[in-house]
Formats: sequence, structure tokens, C-alpha cells
Amino acid sequence: MANRSVTTESALVRWLLIGLAIVILTLFLLLPLAAVFIEAFRRGSEVFIKALTEDAALSAIKLTLLAAGISVPLNTAFGLAAAWLITKFRFKGRSFLLSLIDLPFAVSPVIAGLVFVLLFGARGWFGPWLKANDIQIIFALPGIILATVFVTFPFVARELIPLMESQGSDQEEAAVTLGARGWQVFRHVTLPNIKWGLLYGILLCNARAMGEFGAVSVVSGHIRGKTNTLPLHVEVLYNEYQFSAAFACAALLALLALLTLGLKSLVEHLSGHSAKGH
Amino acid sequence: MSISIQSIHKTFGSYTALDNISLEVPDGSLTALLGPSGSGKTTLLRIVAGLEFADPGSGHVQFHGEDVTDIPAGQRGVGFVFQHYALFKHMTVAENIAFGLTVLPSSKRPAKKDIDDRVNELLGLVKLDGLGKRRPHELSGGQRQRVALARALAIRPKVLLLDEPFGALDAQVRKDLRRWLRIFHDEIGLTTLFVTHDQEEALELADQVVVMANSRIEQVGPPQQVYDHPETPFVIRFLGNVNAIKDSRNPEAPIFVRPHDVGILFAAEADPATDRLARVQHLFAAGPVAKLSLRLEDGQFLDAELSRQQLDELGLDVGDPVAVRMQGASRFE
Repeated sequence: MANRSVTTESALVRWLLIGLAIVILTLFLLLPLAAVFIEAFRRGSEVFIKALTEDAALSAIKLTLLAAGISVPLNTAFGLAAAWLITKFRFKGRSFLLSLIDLPFAVSPVIAGLVFVLLFGARGWFGPWLKANDIQIIFALPGIILATVFVTFPFVARELIPLMESQGSDQEEAAVTLGARGWQVFRHVTLPNIKWGLLYGILLCNARAMGEFGAVSVVSGHIRGKTNTLPLHVEVLYNEYQFSAAFACAALLALLALLTLGLKSLVEHLSGHSAKGH
Repeated sequence: MSISIQSIHKTFGSYTALDNISLEVPDGSLTALLGPSGSGKTTLLRIVAGLEFADPGSGHVQFHGEDVTDIPAGQRGVGFVFQHYALFKHMTVAENIAFGLTVLPSSKRPAKKDIDDRVNELLGLVKLDGLGKRRPHELSGGQRQRVALARALAIRPKVLLLDEPFGALDAQVRKDLRRWLRIFHDEIGLTTLFVTHDQEEALELADQVVVMANSRIEQVGPPQQVYDHPETPFVIRFLGNVNAIKDSRNPEAPIFVRPHDVGILFAAEADPATDRLARVQHLFAAGPVAKLSLRLEDGQFLDAELSRQQLDELGLDVGDPVAVRMQGASRFE
């Protein structure tokens, strides 16, 4: 105890707290994750592969990738625009807009889904008009994308706003006085300064877009092989007592999540290196 | 190129940042905008740069007779150096300096080799030869400052604007760079306007000092004139230590006298018409200048400065009676 610091607790307290943390982590994070993979392979890898390659599963994977593939770029653009507006300009209603961006986090996803049904469903506000013009939103891809975009909207914006706030507008102003036009300022000055934060936001946004259940569940209509995303497909299988298949699909989702976490750590690692000395 | 500012008004919401400002900056001069924070000096500089716009219909900014009031910053042709330099930290020094040339439309952009030559020329001009490949974070504060200057000069600006150019540097670098900037300005002869809150810096560096307070201009003139003939109580207070002494003639308007202008005589030599009697309250004699705190008969305190030689001749000590003669005192009635 020669170099014991004032903030160090006794050995007993330390081991008690560390032990508690390990128990909680194991119980709530590691065990469930392990269970998913164990259950998925319980009846052999043949069953696992079959579960993932049957038509309904393939269609769910495709739909999930498609929905994320469309929502994530949209939210990247929206998030960038919102962060740019909020951090580089002062205007009336700025703080209101800031709270509005957080709305999707505050509202239950199920309610978000219901709102879209209320607006665009057959008996919704725009239902008759949509029907007359032969446009289907609810129980179809557009509805799923709308719900996903809504739920994942804050990720990119929330990541960028504090970052851009702390960077200020000096460099942008310098670029402007040097004759750079709007797009050049964004491309050569703003974007390089926020690229790691942006990438991080996109990764989180993507993870949520692929895993979203509540809002998508309400608007999709659960049409097997058509409007089931991967999380919905897992639920259907589970309800049909096809546990191994359900866990196989769940394992795929978990794998995507782990991949995201891995990439996220990589981004943090790289950005940490580039930020050194600044 | 001269800068002419005519009755500029600027408000932020209900706050008036600039109140009817008019100013002429002569061609080739080095002019200081001097004032405390909140005086409006930086806002004025940003309006000249086109980073901020005056209230609609309020007045004009002209460069060499040409109205630039509504021209945005990018087309105004100003070199602006920010207080914290605002270097592009993901670019090398050379890329920073070349920025203003590389963003030109392809029809106006010089060939790559010409840009490289210009960058090298500028690196030489600001004494940073060979540092083009460094990143901003690998440079010292003074070097970053000069990169910012070179970057601003690369576009061959009509005027050079500097916001607190030495504000972020430590004392020694600040002194060196100040001297260097004066010589540099005389070499390139570019009309330069800089903002500072440091009166010593303004007086030492500028050809023309513009003293600002509370969104207005208090006084404009060459450093010596502003220092020797201040026109308002604010100017005399802001430009250095000063005593404000009340007397019976007009208690509303005190007499202002600088410590080094306070003449001290033996009490026996007092001329009742001009001098007042006082006692030495405190004496600080370490260093080349002796600083005295005097207490007048009516209880007011007065600071005085004497050379060590004068102090020795007078042989003063704490508690001694003296006569005080206020030379070159100003009064604003």
C-alpha cells in the first residue's frame, strides 16, 4: 500500500465491486449472447444453414438490407443537414428543432409505427387518396422505410452536433474569406473535420436500422416472404415453435451487431490516432 | 488600398454592437482597432471582412472608393487572420497556404507548379522555409500565426485584417512577432487593420490608433497624438495608468494626470498657485522606476513615478511631506 492514492478503496471493496460488475456483465450480456449462438447450433450446422437459406429467411434478409440500405443514407444526409443548420447558424426555434430531433428517442417505436398507420393506412388520413392513386405505403416497403427512418433519425445528428459545436465556425469562415464556395467549404473543411464522428453515427444508425422491431412490426403487416424483416422473421419463427431456426436468424442479427461493434472500435481507434496532437 | 467606413450601424437583437461608426484607413497604413472586450472592435473588423453585415440601409464600406458593402467575404479580396488562426488541421502547411488558390474555379486557377512556387515564396516571406510538409499541430504558436498570415496573403488580398493577432501567444513570442510584423508590414506595404485590447501593442505597432468603447469610436489618431492629447476620459484611462484627482474648482470633472507627469518637490518649495501638498504613503523603489503612493491633504491618493536618480536627490521616505505639481494634466469639462 506504499503508493495508495486517496481515491483508492480497500482491497475488499475493490474486489467486491469488480466481482459484482463481472457477474452483472455475464448474466445480462455474455450469457444471452452465448445462448443465442448455442441454441442456433443446437441441432447442427445443417439446420442452421437451412434456416438461413430458406425462401422466407432470404427474403427477410434482403428486405432488412434494403430497408437499412435506403434509410441509412437518407438519415446520413438528414443528420448532416440538421447538425450543420443547428451548429453553424443562430435562428429562432433552434432549441425547439434540437428537441424535435430527439423525439424519435423519446417516443415508443410502436407509437411511431401507429402514427404512420394513422396517416397512410387504408382508413388513415391520406388512405383514400393513396388508394385512388394506387400507392401502397403501409404493409409495404415504403412504410417499413418510413418507420426505420423515423426511429433512426437522431443517431447521425446526435453524434455530429456536439462535435461540430465544439469545433466552432472559425475554419469555415477562414475558408470563406479565402474564396471557397459553400460546397467546397463543406467538402474540404467541414467534412474532414467530422468524418470519424460521422462514420460512428452511421454505424450506430445502421445497427438500429437492421435491428428495429417495434415500429416496423406495426407497419409491415407480417406478410411472410414479402414484408417481414429479419427481426420480424425471428418472431414469426419463434411463435411457430421453430426455435432452432429462430435462433439461427437471431444469431445472424447478433453477428451483424458484433460486426458493428468491431467496426465502431476500429473507428474509435483510428480517430484516436488522427486526433493526437490536435 | 484605403478602407472607408461610413456610418455603419450593427445590432444583434436588442444589443447595439456598433453605433454609427465612420472611419478612414489610409492606403498602406497599419491601423489598430483598440478597445476593451465588448467595445465592438471585432464586429467592425468582421464587417470590413464581409463575415458580418451591417444593419440594412445603415452605411457603407468602401475599398479604394469601390463600394463593397453587399459583397460577400469570398469575393471581397480580404486576407483575414483569425485569433486562433483557424488553420485547416487535416492539411499540411503547404496545403493550408495553397487553399485560396486551389479553390479557384478551374478557369482562374494557376497551374499546379505556379501554386507550388507561390507557396514556397510565401513560406520564405514568413520565414518558414522547409516547413511546408508539416501539419499545423507540429508547429509552435508563433509559427502557426505566420502560416495563417501566409495563407491569407496567398490570394493577394486588397487589405489585411488581423483579429487579436498576438492574443494567443506567450509574452516573449508576442514581443518578437510584434516587431517582426511591423517590419513585415513596411516591406509589403499592404493596408492592414488589426484588433487588439492591448494598448501597448496598439501604440507601439500602429501608424493610426482607433480607440473604441461601448460600440463607438472615442478617438482616432497617430499613437503619440492619442497618448499625449486624449480627447475623452475613457481614452486617457484606457491608454495607461492615470490619476483622477478631484478639486474644489469643478468636482464633476476630475483632473487626469499620468504618474510619470506628477512633479515632486520639497514641501518648502511649494507654489500655492499650482502645487498641492501631500505625504508619502508608500514607496516602491525596486527597479529602474520608483513608484510612490501619495496622500493629498484632502485624503485622495495619487500615484507618482520618479527615476531612481530623482528619488535619491529628494531623499524621500515614507511619511515625508512633499509638494505635488501636476504637469500636462487633462481636464474634460
